[in-house]
Amino acid sequence: MELTVLSGKGGTGKTTVAMALSQLAGETVMADCDVDAPNLYLFFDGEDIRKERFSAMKKAVIDTWRCTHCGRCEAVCRFGAITGGKVDVYRCEGCGACTLVCPESAAAMRDEKTADAYVTRTQNGYLTRAEMEIGSDGSGKLVTLLRENAKEVAAAGSLIITDGSPGIGCPVISSITASDIVLIVTEPTQSGFDDFVRVAALCAHFGISALACVNKYDINEGVAERIEDYCRRHDIAVVGRIPYDDTVMRSVNDLKPITDYPQSTANRAIRQMWENVKAYINK
Amino acid sequence: MKIGISSTGNTMESALDPRFGRCAYFVIHDTDAGRNEFIENAARSASGGAGIAAAQQMIDSDVGAVITGNMGPNAFDVMKNAGIKVYRCADADIETALKLYSDQKLALIDSAGPAHAGMGQGGH
Amino acid sequence: MNLCVLSGKGGTGKTTVSVNLSLLLGYNYIDCDVEEPNGFIFLKPENVMGEDVRIDYPVIDKAKCTLCRKCAEACLFNALVTTKSSVMVFEKLCHACGACAVVCGADAVSYAQRKVGRIEQGISRGIAVKRGVQDVGEYMGVPVIRQLLSRLPEGNNILDCPPGTSCNVVNTIAFADRALIVTEPTAFGLHDMELAVRLLRSRNIPFGVVVNKHSADNTLIQDYCKENRIRLIGTVSYSKEAAVAYSTGRMLTELPLYKKEFEAIALKIGEVR
Repeated sequence: MELTVLSGKGGTGKTTVAMALSQLAGETVMADCDVDAPNLYLFFDGEDIRKERFSAMKKAVIDTWRCTHCGRCEAVCRFGAITGGKVDVYRCEGCGACTLVCPESAAAMRDEKTADAYVTRTQNGYLTRAEMEIGSDGSGKLVTLLRENAKEVAAAGSLIITDGSPGIGCPVISSITASDIVLIVTEPTQSGFDDFVRVAALCAHFGISALACVNKYDINEGVAERIEDYCRRHDIAVVGRIPYDDTVMRSVNDLKPITDYPQSTANRAIRQMWENVKAYINK
Repeated sequence: MKIGISSTGNTMESALDPRFGRCAYFVIHDTDAGRNEFIENAARSASGGAGIAAAQQMIDSDVGAVITGNMGPNAFDVMKNAGIKVYRCADADIETALKLYSDQKLALIDSAGPAHAGMGQGGH
Repeated sequence: MNLCVLSGKGGTGKTTVSVNLSLLLGYNYIDCDVEEPNGFIFLKPENVMGEDVRIDYPVIDKAKCTLCRKCAEACLFNALVTTKSSVMVFEKLCHACGACAVVCGADAVSYAQRKVGRIEQGISRGIAVKRGVQDVGEYMGVPVIRQLLSRLPEGNNILDCPPGTSCNVVNTIAFADRALIVTEPTAFGLHDMELAVRLLRSRNIPFGVVVNKHSADNTLIQDYCKENRIRLIGTVSYSKEAAVAYSTGRMLTELPLYKKEFEAIALKIGEVR
């Protein structure tokens, strides 16, 4: 069973919620698929039991000894990635068109290292995560790998919680395809609502059923009501309403899950939400 | 006729790999000659479209049927277009999967599994 | 001059800082967060005009195609399959690189276009306001970002970046002369900001830092900046009042305290160089 936590907009509390749910679920495997901003490991004093070099794609390289500066590669490259016989790796999309036109076989495709992927043993299960090279591509394939690793270490019948990226692009699509259910954590702001609608549409597009949770709902109860109304009309169950609570900021800075703070109102609301979520994942 | 089977290893005792696009090997079994050939799945590490690339390998190997666990919609479209039948098989080794096939105990897959379409999409 | 605003972590206030500074400085506002563009909510531009973003995909002429398989072999994105009767095209996987046409010996490949997003531009209180919007279900934001940035309005522009340090961000900062990192004083904010710092340093783009959700008793980011010789440009105070204003799409500069804070930041922007 895999639950993917998304948000559309960044900073709505996705990671806080994912972390809390994993604590409440007991033995779980977490996949930190927010590969651009991987924060989950900060919570754990875990032990890395596996590390692998990950390469998402190939990039063109040009052998300067063989290159005669005929300009064919430059002309064929639709991404403007080659100038004066040099490849700009940030523009290169790895299509290989240059290798097809080079008469001297000077252009070749080479694997580019984009990340180190880890499996970490934690206090309550496993965490799969990655450290990406700065500014590198291929995060979608990396997300796929982290989810595969999570499935591999998960005991039969145990829950996998996948913490996805903000947005609706490639890494997000890779984190929901073939997932069992998505939980969208949103906030009652105009931006949060707009972004929620886009990520809900994405789930519908790929035929994945979605649940919703309105975090900090009391910041603007009017917008919160509009979000819930949208959910009712689009068959999205609202499983949680979390009040604004300063303890959340404190828990992040203490690097402890919010479930460790018994007095926290957010903690109590998330516990209530977990009861609701359970009904969907046990279906 | 030739049959392609997604496999975790390159022996007849290897377990069937439920994944089609990203399986480790394909076993190409020739029912007439009774011969088996093992090919590495070159699509396994594809940035994106692994299922499509694996489907191309099945076409190039001239198979008439495929036995696997699940198949995404893109690869399934290719199979349909190429007239290759797809059979589903649960936990089994390759030998057993073939036996189940010849005993006509495997179910035809007539619709694609959950979309993995474009998963990976390296480059972005 | 293009000033890029980025954050590392999402939700730290990139858009808040971008829209308020745009109006104070009279810079045009360009929303490059094409997956979730939110700047228009605050700037409410008028006279909005738009154009579609379209990318090429191959169309195979069946009459000319010899089913030689060269195109499918050349396509490193696996967007093409050659069966015994036809070439199948999976257009969403296509990067429009043109490799298939290069290798086709039968001149059977031509290109059609499909829509992957939209560019919109309007005017708000004297500045140009522009954004790119990626279509839901599309994988690639880069074609939208490149078209958006290929024709920027004249004068100074603020580029509101996507979160993170992904290819979308890399393609945006390729157009930046200077940058601002907006972060929040949490362990997450600091961790993800360090990634943004490394990205900007690797590109030699001068930058400064704005601390959003600032409170006097927390100097996590200030201490980091001091240790790492990073220029601190200003702070934006945390208050529930600000969160409420944000939630309804109001500009923070409408509140007196925030007007003062943003004016101080605007004055110091020139120090980023």
